[in-house]
Amino acid sequence: MDYTLSDEQRLLQDSVTRFVTDKYSLDIRRTLVSSEEGFSLENWNTFAELGWLAIPFSEDSGGLGGGPVEIMVLMEAFGRGLVVEPFVSNILLGAGILEALGTEAQKSQILPGVIAGTEFISLGHVEAQARFNLGDVLTTAQLEKGGYRISGQKIVVFGGDKADKFVISARSAGQQRDNEGISLFVIDSKAPGVSLRGYQTIDGFRAADIKLDNVIVDKDAILGKEGEALSTLERIADQATTAVCAEAVGIMDSLHEQTLEYLNTREQFGVKLGTFQALQHRSVDMFIACQEARSMTYLATLSLNKPRSERIRAVSAAKSHIGNAGRLVGQEAVQMHGGMGMTEELAVGHYFKRLTMIDTMFGNSDHHLERFGLVTHKINET
Amino acid sequence: MNLNYSEADQTFRTEVQNFIRDNMPSAIQAKIDKNQKFAKEDYLTWQKVLYERGWVAPNWPVEFGGTGWSPLEAHIFDEEIGLSGSPRVLPFGVMMVGPVIMEFGSKEQKELYLPRILSGEDIWCQGYSEPGSGSDLASLKTRAVRSGEEYVVNGSKIWTTSAHWADMIFCLVRTNPDVKKQEGISFLLIDMHSPGISVHPIITMDGGHEVNQVFFGDVRVPVENLVGEEDKGWTYAKFLLKHERAGIAAIGSQKRQLHRLKEIANAEQSNGVPLINESRFRDKISKVEIDLMALEYTELRAVSAANQGNVPGTEVNLLKIRGSEMQQKISELLVEAIGYYANPFVPDSFQSGWNEESIGPDYAATLAPEYFNWRKSSIYAGSNEIQKNIISKMVLGL
Repeated sequence: MDYTLSDEQRLLQDSVTRFVTDKYSLDIRRTLVSSEEGFSLENWNTFAELGWLAIPFSEDSGGLGGGPVEIMVLMEAFGRGLVVEPFVSNILLGAGILEALGTEAQKSQILPGVIAGTEFISLGHVEAQARFNLGDVLTTAQLEKGGYRISGQKIVVFGGDKADKFVISARSAGQQRDNEGISLFVIDSKAPGVSLRGYQTIDGFRAADIKLDNVIVDKDAILGKEGEALSTLERIADQATTAVCAEAVGIMDSLHEQTLEYLNTREQFGVKLGTFQALQHRSVDMFIACQEARSMTYLATLSLNKPRSERIRAVSAAKSHIGNAGRLVGQEAVQMHGGMGMTEELAVGHYFKRLTMIDTMFGNSDHHLERFGLVTHKINET
Repeated sequence: MNLNYSEADQTFRTEVQNFIRDNMPSAIQAKIDKNQKFAKEDYLTWQKVLYERGWVAPNWPVEFGGTGWSPLEAHIFDEEIGLSGSPRVLPFGVMMVGPVIMEFGSKEQKELYLPRILSGEDIWCQGYSEPGSGSDLASLKTRAVRSGEEYVVNGSKIWTTSAHWADMIFCLVRTNPDVKKQEGISFLLIDMHSPGISVHPIITMDGGHEVNQVFFGDVRVPVENLVGEEDKGWTYAKFLLKHERAGIAAIGSQKRQLHRLKEIANAEQSNGVPLINESRFRDKISKVEIDLMALEYTELRAVSAANQGNVPGTEVNLLKIRGSEMQQKISELLVEAIGYYANPFVPDSFQSGWNEESIGPDYAATLAPEYFNWRKSSIYAGSNEIQKNIISKMVLGL
C-alpha cells in the first residue's frame, strides 16, 4: 500500500502545475473561451510537445504508455487551472476508444495526428432520449452493399464543433435499449449528410449537436466487431468519468482555498469573516468533502484496471460521492463570498459552473448511486 | 501509487482472523451471534485471551508489552476485531491512560500500572467531564487540595463509562483556582475503592447502563499518584484526547453493521419483494456504503502516511466526525428496515441467558435501543462541533 506518487509522476505534476500557474490566469482563460476556437491551439501544441497528449496511448501507438495515475495527476491540475483545452473529449474519449477497438490501419491513420496535436476526434454517443443509459441508442446503421448507411442524432458532443473526425455509435441490430447490437463508426466531420450545430457550454467548453442524415461510410469504417461496442464504451466512459473526478478534486481544493482566503481577508462587523463559527464549521464541511473526494478519486483511479464489477463499484461510488461533495463545496464557496461570489468577475463562479457540469457528465450522482447498488447488493429477482 | 494490501499484510490479516475464530470462547460467540450485550466478565475473558497472545496493546511500544506492529498492521487488527464483533479491549487503560503514563508518568507508576492494564487486573475509567463542564472541559471544578503527602479530592465527574466496573479512575482535578483555567489542572490516578467515592448509575434512553456519575467526598489520594507535574495536567489531557480519538472511525465494526443492514433488508418484505429490491431504500444503503468507502480510504491515507513515518495529525478529528455520523446513519437505517417491529421493548432479551421466543424476527429486538444509544457518538470524545472548532483552528487557520 502506497499513496505517494513516483518520481516521474511528481515531475509530471510539477510540470503541469507550472503550466497552469504561469499560463492560465482567469483573464487569459476568459479570452480563450470567447475566441473563435474556444481554446488555445498554442497551448494544445505545448501539450503535444510536453508529451501530455501521448500519455494514455501505448508505445505501439506512438504513446507513452502512461496509466490512470498519470491521467489523474494531469486532470487534477487541469481542474485547479480550469483548463478548457479538449483533453477529455479528444484524448480520452475519441482517441481512447479508437485505440481500444481500432485496427492497425485505423490507428496508424489517425492516432499520430492526435498525439501531435494536429488532428481532433470526438466521440458522438449520447442521444436525447438516452439520458445516462449508455445502451440506449436509436441511431441506426444499415449494412448495404459497399458500406453502412447511418442516420440519427447525437447531443452535447464535447469538442464536436472542432472535430475532424467523429466516432459515432449506431444500432446495427436489436431494439432501442438492447446491450447487443451497438456498433461504432469513424466518420469524417465533413462527410455528406453530417450537420453540426456547435455551441459554447455554460462552463466555457465547446460542444455540438450532430445530425446524421443517411451518411454513407465504407465497410472498413467500423470500429471493432459489429454489434459489440457497449462493453468498450462502458470501460472508456469509466476512464473518462474517473478523469473528471480528478478534475473535480482540483476544482474543489481551489474553491476551498479561495474561500478560506476570502474569510481571512474580508471584514464585517469589524472582524474577519473567518471568526464567525457558523462559517468556520461550514468551511470544515468543505474541507471534509475535499478530503473524501480525493480518497474516492484515488480508489476509482486504481480500480480502473480491475475486473468489471470491481471497476464499476469503485468508479460509480466515486462519481456519486463527488457529485454530492462537489455541489456542497461549490454552493458554499459562492455563499461565503456573498454578493461577490455571484459575479462574472470573480473566479469562484467559473469554478462552480465547471464543477456543476461535471456532475452531468457520464451520469450524475443518482445514476451512479443506482449503478453502484446494482453491482453491490444481492438483489433477489422474484 | 498502489492501494492493495501486500502479501505480508494479507497473511497477517488471515492470522488475526484465524486467531479470533479459534480462540473466541463459545459463550461470547453466542452473544456476538445474537447481538447481546457483553458483561464485564466477557470483556475480561476476551482480554485474557488476547493477553496470552500478546495482542492487548497494538498502540504500545514493545518495551511496555505492546505488539510492535506498524500502524497498518494495527489498523488491520482493529478492522478484524470489529468485523468479528468481538468485545473491544476497554479503551480507558490501553488507549488512554496507558500512553499518558508511558509518556509522563514516574518509573514507579509505569512499573505498577502498565502491567496491570495489560493483564486486565485493573479496569480503568475516565474522570474528565463534570456536571458543569461538558465541551468546556478546562472549566472543571473538582478540587484537589494538598495536605501533607496526600491530596484531598472533592467534587463530581459525570458520563463516566464503566465506573461501576472500574478499579481505578484517572481524573483531571483543579489544584490551582487562581490562574488561567488551563494552568491550574492536575492529572491524578485514584483508586476507585477509596473511602469517599460513590458511583451512581445513569440510565440512558435505550434503557442501558454504561455511564455513571462519580462523587468524591474528602477522598485522600497519595501524592505519588500525581502524573507528571502539578498544574500541568492540561497538557497531558490533550495528549490523551488524541489517543482517545485514534481508531474512532471503527471501520471494521461499521462494515459489520452494514452487512447486518443488508441481511435484514434482504429478509424484510415489502410489497411482496425483499426490501432491498425497492430502490428508494436500496439507494439509502448504497449511499451509506459509499460514504463508508470514502471514510475507509481517507483513514487508509492517514494510516499509510503514518506507516511511512509521518506523525498523525488532525485527521483524527475528521475521522471522528464522519465515523460517528456513519454509525448513526447505519443504526437509523436498521430501525427503518424493521418497520413495526422497532416497537416492542424487552430489555431482558439483550442479556445472556434469555431463552424465550423473541417477539418478531430475532434480529429486531436490539435495533431501536442501539439507534437511541448511538446518538452518543457525535457527543462523546469531544462533540462533533468541538472537532470542527479544532479543524477550523488547526488546519484551516480560521
